[in-house]
Amino acid sequence: MDKTPKKIKKYVRQALADMPVRTAVANAAETSVASRDKIAGGIPYWELVRRKVRSIKKDVLEHLDEYLIEFESNCQANGIKVHWARDGASAREIVGKIARDCGASMVVKSKSLTTEEVGLNAYLAENGIEPVETDLGECIVQLLGQIPSHLVAPALHLSRQDIGRVFQDKLGVEYTEDPAELTEIARVHLRQKFLSARMGISGANFGIAREGCICVVENECNARLTVSLPKVHVAVMGVEKLIPDMAALPYFLKLLPASATGQKSSSYVNIIGGPGREGAGEGPQEVHVVLLDNGRSRILGDGQLRETLMCIRCGACLNSCPVYRQIGGHAYGWVYMGPIGSALIPQYLGEKEGRYAPSLSSLCGACREICPLEINIPRHLLKLRNKVVRAKQSGFFERIAMKLWAFAAARPLVYRFVTWFPGKFQMLLPGKRAFPAPGYMGRRAIGRFDSKGFAKRFRRMERKND
Amino acid sequence: MKVAIFIPCLTEHMYPETGLSMVKVLRHAGIEIEYVHGQTCCGQPAFNAGYRDEIIPIAERFIRLFRGKDYVIAPSGSCTAMVRVFYRELDIDAALRDDLDDLCGRIFEFCEFMVDVAKVDSLGGRFPHKATYHDSCHLSRELGVVAQPRKLISSIADIDFVEMKDSDACCGFGGMFSAKFGQLSTEMVARKCENIVESGAEYVIGADAGCLMNIGGYLRKNHLSPQTMHIADLLAKSLDL
Repeated sequence: MDKTPKKIKKYVRQALADMPVRTAVANAAETSVASRDKIAGGIPYWELVRRKVRSIKKDVLEHLDEYLIEFESNCQANGIKVHWARDGASAREIVGKIARDCGASMVVKSKSLTTEEVGLNAYLAENGIEPVETDLGECIVQLLGQIPSHLVAPALHLSRQDIGRVFQDKLGVEYTEDPAELTEIARVHLRQKFLSARMGISGANFGIAREGCICVVENECNARLTVSLPKVHVAVMGVEKLIPDMAALPYFLKLLPASATGQKSSSYVNIIGGPGREGAGEGPQEVHVVLLDNGRSRILGDGQLRETLMCIRCGACLNSCPVYRQIGGHAYGWVYMGPIGSALIPQYLGEKEGRYAPSLSSLCGACREICPLEINIPRHLLKLRNKVVRAKQSGFFERIAMKLWAFAAARPLVYRFVTWFPGKFQMLLPGKRAFPAPGYMGRRAIGRFDSKGFAKRFRRMERKND
Repeated sequence: MKVAIFIPCLTEHMYPETGLSMVKVLRHAGIEIEYVHGQTCCGQPAFNAGYRDEIIPIAERFIRLFRGKDYVIAPSGSCTAMVRVFYRELDIDAALRDDLDDLCGRIFEFCEFMVDVAKVDSLGGRFPHKATYHDSCHLSRELGVVAQPRKLISSIADIDFVEMKDSDACCGFGGMFSAKFGQLSTEMVARKCENIVESGAEYVIGADAGCLMNIGGYLRKNHLSPQTMHIADLLAKSLDL
């Protein structure tokens, strides 16, 4: 992946110049929020479910070590092979080795942000194994050589016309923009891949500790084919995805589709409890789960920021975010985008690489309001901005300006002098010009400094009243 | 009833009239006011930019300055939220913790104070114009103040109050955000202003100087007719104060 959050400022400029993408993103996001509101509003016990899910997730994160051990041993009892990956590199190697061992030259993949996070596709391709994305949106962005622009809807930034052209160029079919025909083209293209792949790679929405299962929810049946047709199935899962037991699952299955796509339930809920065996139905011969840390245990160590690990990747915060609605997901420069992405980027990639991400927010709080887990994203962004400052990654001039300003604001006399200056300076400007504010001005005017200020005017008013 | 007023930076230096309006309206409601001298800023700009250690002295000073006041009232949801919600995030002197807790229960945003504490639902003013209201993010989401300003506005005689689409959508100001990502912030306020214009209102009422400067600046520069007005100014004007 050649994009980096270091270049967020450039990406934002580029995104703002791309009107078709902006329109597509804004429309899709607004529609999603509207249908989410309709479903959430129609569930009378919505807030109760929200609270329940939050308390479950909180408990899991507080006792993650115990749940992981429980999950591992119960998976093993079910015949699932469990692998531990400390970081992206080890996750890639583990998956690569399993692929080589089963002789796969091509693998089918169902949508998985976690594999995007570790750059699995590029690694497989470098090692002569062709990864084929089978989620429709993901398949489209893969054909374009892009990364997803949304957590749930990877091709949300594209119009049907765009998709028609991609299929025409890359799959050699006749141009069409009819959604049904486009879907049919993808179906024909992918079905062959499903039948010939030796290995399928999926993510996991939930790892169920007590029963030793994983759960994958989806709408296109591509995940079901991915996890059941090839003879080997590998699921890559972040360690934070655990839930205690099957009894907890329905609460999540209520919140997730409603928040993600405004659906009462997902079309397919796949629960994978091990390889196919005599008397327990069909299935792959081998099932592997790769448990990925990649910085999660470090995040877990921060009592406040730990809350960001509660995220179930529903994407509702993106849809509700006025910033995301303007710039889409690619401007964030990484696989996690939108408000939760802004909070995850510096935590996963470090304060240097991710220094701009927490600032890419007006802190309006729409994300926190819609988040099914009620993650207080603005509060975390504020803390992460502080971490950027502490790591000395904020701009030099900003640092100087803030320190001087803070020095003044703690001393009324200095403060009065410093704030007296712009009002006077402004009087020297021709006409009714305002004090210049580069970056702010352009298509909007800035307020003028008052020549006297409130304190003076108040004293004057009081004298008059006496 | 006696209240100490806190005048935030933008009100102090750019919109002092709003501060005066607040004083007049409070007095009109029979509330005695006190201006505490030596007040500066709550520290929000630096806090939002990530400079926490730097603003600890500012916060400690604020807490000491307003110690022992029955009520502290500010014409801004954002600055009120800074004190009530975000001062707790700072490593302030342990000896001041109790004072902070105490202050958090006594600092109110102007509309919130009028309706919830002073129990003033109607002041009896008149303003024969069409107006809409913009929900400032910190006021509505951090402080949960949504109904109070609407109550105050609707109580004014002859006012034609209309809700705009997405009244709670951010205007794109966000303090330093508006300068760091100036173009993006402008696109956000453009969206806001579309909804304001669409509502057909002559006035867009708000309760935070930052949002109003942002919205007003865009409306003015783009020659759009609605005018911005702080709710304190609206109330003062409706009462001919």
